Amino acid sequence: MIISVASGKGGTGKTTIATNMALALGGRVELLDCDVEEPNAHLFLKPVIERTQGVETPIPLVDESKCTFCKKCSDICRFNALAVVGKRVLVFAELCHSCGGCMLVCPEGAITETGRELGTLNFGKRDAIGFINGQLRVGEAMSPPLIKRVRAAADPERITIIDAPPGTSCPVIAAMNGTDFVLLVTEPTPFGLHDLKLAVEAVKLLGIPAGLVVNRADIGDDQVFAYAENGGLPLLLTIPFDRKIAEAYSRGKMIVEEMPEWRQRFIDLYHTIETIVQGSRAAVCAK
Amino acid sequence: MKIAVTSKGILLSSEVDPRFGRAPYIVIVDVDTLAFEVVDNSDNVNAFKGAGIQAATTVCDKGAEVLMTGYCGPKAFATLEAGGVKVVDDVTGTVRDAVAAFKAGTVVYSTAANKEAHW
Repeated sequence: MIISVASGKGGTGKTTIATNMALALGGRVELLDCDVEEPNAHLFLKPVIERTQGVETPIPLVDESKCTFCKKCSDICRFNALAVVGKRVLVFAELCHSCGGCMLVCPEGAITETGRELGTLNFGKRDAIGFINGQLRVGEAMSPPLIKRVRAAADPERITIIDAPPGTSCPVIAAMNGTDFVLLVTEPTPFGLHDLKLAVEAVKLLGIPAGLVVNRADIGDDQVFAYAENGGLPLLLTIPFDRKIAEAYSRGKMIVEEMPEWRQRFIDLYHTIETIVQGSRAAVCAK
Repeated sequence: MKIAVTSKGILLSSEVDPRFGRAPYIVIVDVDTLAFEVVDNSDNVNAFKGAGIQAATTVCDKGAEVLMTGYCGPKAFATLEAGGVKVVDDVTGTVRDAVAAFKAGTVVYSTAANKEAHW
């Protein structure tokens, strides 16, 4: 079971939901922090980091002594990461998306692979709960390759909970794609609704079942609730705008520890998700 | 000798476009005869990434020895430099004005990009 926690709008409570659900479920879970541009799940879960590894992405290395300057490599690159000018081939490493096309089309075998540093992967544990996060190198513009590496490192035997980055572009898609369920977290404000709609459209494109958590549920208006009801987006949990929750959060503490009554609510949330996923799998099989 | 000038239009009287990679047209002018060729750069205007690199490659391929434009970023500058093309930036007025300034010898060649890279 892989659950991604996403939102559209930032600051709605993705990390709060992901970390508290992980802690409530305990050792059968592995939490992946895929918000690699600003990972923060570790601030709440406080895992002991046991291992760190650097991650690179392949980029081309051109041997100009073999090159005939035919431009096949620069023609195939839709990101203009290669430029052939006169008797020179320039590689703009930061534009390369590592597709390998240039290496395949080079008739002279002049292009080999070298690497560009993307960032690091950190592996750790909070008690028996597994933890992995990715940390993008400062200055690196592309996060999806690193997000994919975080996901590839997941233990398939465990329940995977993914803390996704905000937004609805490539990094979020990389975090949600191929997951069994997307848990969307929003707040009942016009901003929350606007970005929730975008996130729902993205999830629809991926064809993944989704459900909603409304955080700070007693602020704003009822438009988010009306949208969820009309659109068939099941409302799975509401969290009130509660001073005790805000205080715990501001001190890096977990709701399920500070307010134990929430532990069961997060376990129930997981079981509801499990039921929905089983139902949608059965529906797919029936087709 | 040929020079390249970024342009908003297809005439010598057209205004210089300050952008390099995303200028709609690049006019390649023979400074001796004033014969010119207009390169349609519209594919690059909406390029996702690397518009400057692509435009710089085009300028090199057209055999221009100098580029006159408003702003030139670091990737475009590196590409032009590799192709042996000198850059004059902060150019304003019409394409004809730019050519006249070049012929009068009042232009100053840049030693680096005058615009930061785009992300």
